[in-house]
Amino acid sequence: MTTLDKISTGEFAVVVAIDTQISLKQRLYDIGLMPGTKIKVVHQSPSGNPRAYLVRGAVIALRNCDAEKITVRVDGCE
Amino acid sequence: MGVNKKEITIALAGNPNVGKSTVFNALTGLKQHTGNWTGKTVDLAKGVAEHKGVIYNFIDIPGTYSLKPRSKEEIVAGDFICFGGAQKVAVICDATSLERNLYLTLQIIETGADTVVCVNLLDEARKKGVIIDVGLLEKELGVCAIGMTARSGEGIEQLLENLSQTSNKNPVKISYNENIESAIEFIVPVLKKHNVGELNHRWLSLRLLEDDPGVKKFIENKDDLTEGQREAIYQSAEKGRSFLKSKGELEKLSEAIASRLYETASRISRAVILKSSGSTDLSKSERIFTNRISAYFVMFVMLSLILYITIAGANYPSQWLSSFFNWCELKIVSFADLIDMPEMLKGMLISGGFRVLGWVVSVMLPPMAIFFPCFTILEDLGVLPRVAYVLDNSFEKAKTCGKQALTTCMGFGCNCVGISGARIIDSKRERLVAILTNSLTICNGRFPAIITLISVFLVSGSGLVGGIYSAFILALIIVLSLALTLFVSNILSKTLLKGESSHYILEIPPYRKPQISKVIVNSVLNRTLLVLFRAVVVAFPAGVIIWLFANVKIGNMNILNYIAAFFEPLGNLMGLDGETLSAFFLGIPANEIVLPITLMSYLGAGEMSSIENTALIGEILKNNGWTQLSAICYIVFSVVHFPCATALLTIYKETKSVKWSLLAFAIPTVLGMVLCSLINILGIIL
Repeated sequence: MTTLDKISTGEFAVVVAIDTQISLKQRLYDIGLMPGTKIKVVHQSPSGNPRAYLVRGAVIALRNCDAEKITVRVDGCE
Repeated sequence: MGVNKKEITIALAGNPNVGKSTVFNALTGLKQHTGNWTGKTVDLAKGVAEHKGVIYNFIDIPGTYSLKPRSKEEIVAGDFICFGGAQKVAVICDATSLERNLYLTLQIIETGADTVVCVNLLDEARKKGVIIDVGLLEKELGVCAIGMTARSGEGIEQLLENLSQTSNKNPVKISYNENIESAIEFIVPVLKKHNVGELNHRWLSLRLLEDDPGVKKFIENKDDLTEGQREAIYQSAEKGRSFLKSKGELEKLSEAIASRLYETASRISRAVILKSSGSTDLSKSERIFTNRISAYFVMFVMLSLILYITIAGANYPSQWLSSFFNWCELKIVSFADLIDMPEMLKGMLISGGFRVLGWVVSVMLPPMAIFFPCFTILEDLGVLPRVAYVLDNSFEKAKTCGKQALTTCMGFGCNCVGISGARIIDSKRERLVAILTNSLTICNGRFPAIITLISVFLVSGSGLVGGIYSAFILALIIVLSLALTLFVSNILSKTLLKGESSHYILEIPPYRKPQISKVIVNSVLNRTLLVLFRAVVVAFPAGVIIWLFANVKIGNMNILNYIAAFFEPLGNLMGLDGETLSAFFLGIPANEIVLPITLMSYLGAGEMSSIENTALIGEILKNNGWTQLSAICYIVFSVVHFPCATALLTIYKETKSVKWSLLAFAIPTVLGMVLCSLINILGIIL
């Protein structure tokens, strides 16, 4: 068990729990990022923050400070 | 003739970046208009189409991921879809990420709205190897579904054909876990009894269980309900809520509903997607914005290119407009002579008001009409979200929103547009930071004077070397303005607008071919004309006042001389002089007229005249004691000073607050004065 910001680019992870403030949590649910969702780290911005994730077919950028509040389980590479 | 045609109002809804505007444009062509684009609410574009004798009014709803509003824009979207009184909702879906799009679709179907689902971007999906069984989707959702590639017009005719019929045959019903279902049963019978129509009772019940403010407002405003009936509804909702609470489900209700909707969306999308190659490889073009060197390089080149196209391209149209206004002025003067207009009035209205008005229009219109279409093309391409993605880190460190990168970029065209553009920022605090700092971005109106001064005072060589050197200095000035934006944002976030950077979710859409259609150019022109209109409203009276200042004499001196004498000490401290500093203040209607006013007071002329010759401008300035240091101070103050009158007006309209408008004036002014004084003192010592 680790957090989303620690997953390397190209790897997959399954969301276990979201522990952000409620407003962000609702947003994440709206874009389909919720416990059980499988996501892939697709790339990172030049500074390493934010990073981009593939969530249900769409690429979404999240700041690392938000991603570290999302607990995930590593789900291997492609 | 005299026969009223049937009219149907249709809301166009969908996630952001699904090509909704393309569908809207394909349906309505040029028959559309946006509401007041800087009004207090987010505007809804409206368009009309006629098909087989029926008039369809289409309302373009802002893109949203969910009916539950999270931002200002989404409140509008949610309210309109749920309670807006459209007879039908057409949901535009992105075929390449159908699952997420179905989430919003299911939410809309749940409200009981008459829904048509348009699966757009089929061409992009095909390229990705995704094929969608639209027929099966229609069966699964129980509402009409249409496959579409709006860019090429595919599916548009079919949509119009379907709009005339009721499409909800047997809309899919989403069932929740038994506790939620039991809680719903507390409310539905009460709603049925009191005949609360229009919206689906299950949906209303769910929202009441969630204590949704929008639905409460809806019930409050429903005239045909008595006070007692409202009370009965609220009581039943309270019963449902306490039931859920006793089961420990109330806290997690919204999450449980979202999960269930996504489960359904997921199941349906798996069923209807026939073939998917499943490749999620990072495309080569994506690497541009993920590599440190190429990202900054590409952004820098793009910005330079757009500014170059704007400045160079605006040159000729500006000259044409200017000669046109000169011609008009001559005609007006001869007419004034004909009717024996008094000299004073003639000078005030024509050499004052009209000339400044003509000036502002001819220097402002062409650059804006070039800059904003370029900007729209970058937006269409998908470049702008990537710029925000790359720059977000810097803005996060300044405790603000990454989207401020975009409003800053818009500011290069016109600060007014950057200020209204700040609506894309959700958090009020971050939006205010973006608004207050926008004038630190050098707008089109300030470039010409800055470039002139660079070539007169700072670059000695000419030809290619001189040109490159000038461009380099200009780039430095732009970097300075960006650094100041971040610096001031950071200070504001620690003082007046205290707070941490709020969370930030940014969707990065795939690269797309831009749509350079008439409609886009048209809407951009509309936007330009609106800003221009506001500028003109300020320019004419300002021209009259400036003329009066230059011509009304008290004793030996005209008013302008008195003002200049008043500003002389402060001007000297800042490395400028009284004339220049008063020109900045008198030039508040538009930055373009600051240098001309300076020249006018140096020449002791009673009216402004345009001097095209750079060398001549340099000579006049040098004769009046300008040095390299004064040029640097002028440039710095030009970057860091109060916003122009039009921008201030826009700030007031956006914030509805005198306090913030005054601060938007004061902050950059004080900062600019301090900076110039420091530079001046340093320059003298060295």
